[in-house]
Amino acid sequence: MARYGVAIWAALLTLAVSAPLVYSLFVVEPSVAKSVFLPGETTHGHYQIELKCSACHDAGAGVNNNSCRDCHTALQEYDTHPAKKFRDPTNAHRLEKIEARECVTCHREHDPHETTAMGVTIPTNYCVYCHDEIAQSRPSHANFEFNTCTTSGCHNYHDNSALYEDFLFKHDGASDILADPHVPLLSPEIDPAKRVVKPDAPAGTKYDATLETDWRETAHAAAGVNCAGCHAQPVEKGGTAKWREQLTTHDCETCHQSEHAGFLQGMHGMRIAAGLSPMTPEQARLPMKAAAAHRELSCTSCHDDHRFDTQHAAVNACLNCHDDEHSQAYQASSHFELWKAEVAGTAPAGSGVSCATCHLPRVEEGRRVTVQHNQNANLQPNEAMVRSVCLNCHGLQFSLDSLADTQLLENCFQAKPTVHVESLEMAKAWFEAKEREKQARNRKQSSD
Amino acid sequence: MSLRNCSVLWLCAITTIVGGLTGCGPAAGGAVGVPSTAGGGISPKKFADAVHSVMMADRTVYTKHVVNRLKSQESSVTPSEYWKDEDDTIPLPAQMFRMGSEIVADDEDAGFQYALKSKWPLNDQNKAATPVEIEALEYVAEHDDNFYGEEELAGQKYLVAVYADKAVANACFDCHNNHPNRGAEFPEFKMGDTMGGVIVRVPID
Repeated sequence: MARYGVAIWAALLTLAVSAPLVYSLFVVEPSVAKSVFLPGETTHGHYQIELKCSACHDAGAGVNNNSCRDCHTALQEYDTHPAKKFRDPTNAHRLEKIEARECVTCHREHDPHETTAMGVTIPTNYCVYCHDEIAQSRPSHANFEFNTCTTSGCHNYHDNSALYEDFLFKHDGASDILADPHVPLLSPEIDPAKRVVKPDAPAGTKYDATLETDWRETAHAAAGVNCAGCHAQPVEKGGTAKWREQLTTHDCETCHQSEHAGFLQGMHGMRIAAGLSPMTPEQARLPMKAAAAHRELSCTSCHDDHRFDTQHAAVNACLNCHDDEHSQAYQASSHFELWKAEVAGTAPAGSGVSCATCHLPRVEEGRRVTVQHNQNANLQPNEAMVRSVCLNCHGLQFSLDSLADTQLLENCFQAKPTVHVESLEMAKAWFEAKEREKQARNRKQSSD
Repeated sequence: MSLRNCSVLWLCAITTIVGGLTGCGPAAGGAVGVPSTAGGGISPKKFADAVHSVMMADRTVYTKHVVNRLKSQESSVTPSEYWKDEDDTIPLPAQMFRMGSEIVADDEDAGFQYALKSKWPLNDQNKAATPVEIEALEYVAEHDDNFYGEEELAGQKYLVAVYADKAVANACFDCHNNHPNRGAEFPEFKMGDTMGGVIVRVPID
């Protein structure tokens, strides 16, 4: 009995000690106290939400794949190695070597010594577990080491949409700069018949006259969105709308759902998505301008409210905060020259290259063109930018070479690439060899 | 068992977890050792036959009433292997079939899996992956019959039912015969040839 008594007391003691810990980690709001539980420096992709443990960790269940999937939706669109591929029981022998169904098998957090420049841990040689016979079907690969598979311009584990053989072959020979370089134009969504000119703010509402001018001259008035459209909180039937001066990103979401969803998934909005206070430049790991240190990021921090100038949001809004080498170099680049010409009206719409052109690209959903507001979506890895951005203006060879050239990444593409990716030539040689085989077969069949 | 009861059971079997159904022991190799029904449920073999029947019906409908209809109307929309990257294209029937199998694979509660594989795959991922699959694809290529066998993977025993997949249209064998990924040793397929097999894998006790 005495033994049971000790056990009960031990259990109670354990519960008394662990309950507050579990409560503090998974239930209460982030606090400085939580930082003592961080097992190591968090990657640059997750550090913003590192004190919100439950954003990734399930209480008592480690890190669930769904936690990764909830945010990394862009990876899933073209994922060539989704977890479901490995649920086929014939892959059991492979899973004994590498548990490919779990994101954390390759991508560990709090492990700064193994974290690459891309912000994730990536094992080397993992391709060999399933593709050890690759040289049989692709003799050109016979002398390649398996730790070179993911060399820039060759293969990506998740997104090969700009790197698969047929794609490479079809884009072989394209010029460095295409004949009509421009990004897709945004879908016109404003109905001129809906334009409003008289603000409907309640009588007595005080505001700066420039706000009214900004609103009247720009997209919201043109689309028929009056003051109340944003500032009057919707109420139940019969109630009175409550007027609000300060709005949140969720108010913008009412009409701009896809843009808002992208914003929350990117580095600008991920803290809000996790239920934390908005991101501020002073919390950034990238160099930021001191004057912007305390600016809270929301929709209106880039799209100044009431004017919502998208040209301002495309360049100046970025450079008001970002102060790294790539950002500083932009205004000396040919891309910026093109942007200035477009803004000045001396070049066609869509021909300029702003910060947003590459980092908040135009995406085509069927016939509709919108702006992807998750600025990280096409940087995972950067070849993901090829299809959504580079190929609007450049050939594939030029694009892959440029993205593989680390010097160009730093100086914002101020020169031609000095790196040469051989993928296109290898694909071309392979297709030509297979065509010769086909012709030989046809000749043999004709002669038989 | 009345026909009506049988249909209800088949429907349940297709839409619910199979693992809990009666475990019967089909013998490996050929069309022998057909599992018997026990305990009032349907046998894994019957379940495999049923889901295969549904799969083939869906693919036939897609081929006949979508792909062939577009072709007969000389539509600008055509089937293409690279449909994701090419405007005005739709998936090939075999790709539509594979996408269905991927959706089932993504459903951890589906209780079964299926795949389209071949002795002569255009993609290495679609070659036989186990000794039983190798034997099965050999069998259906040489016999006018289905294959039923058993195998154990990661501690789980499975019924492996394999059904010949035949060239039913010129487009099937034309594409395979002229595809850059074909091996030099692959046969020159013609109408009616077995080009591969549909593998249905059902967990059994």
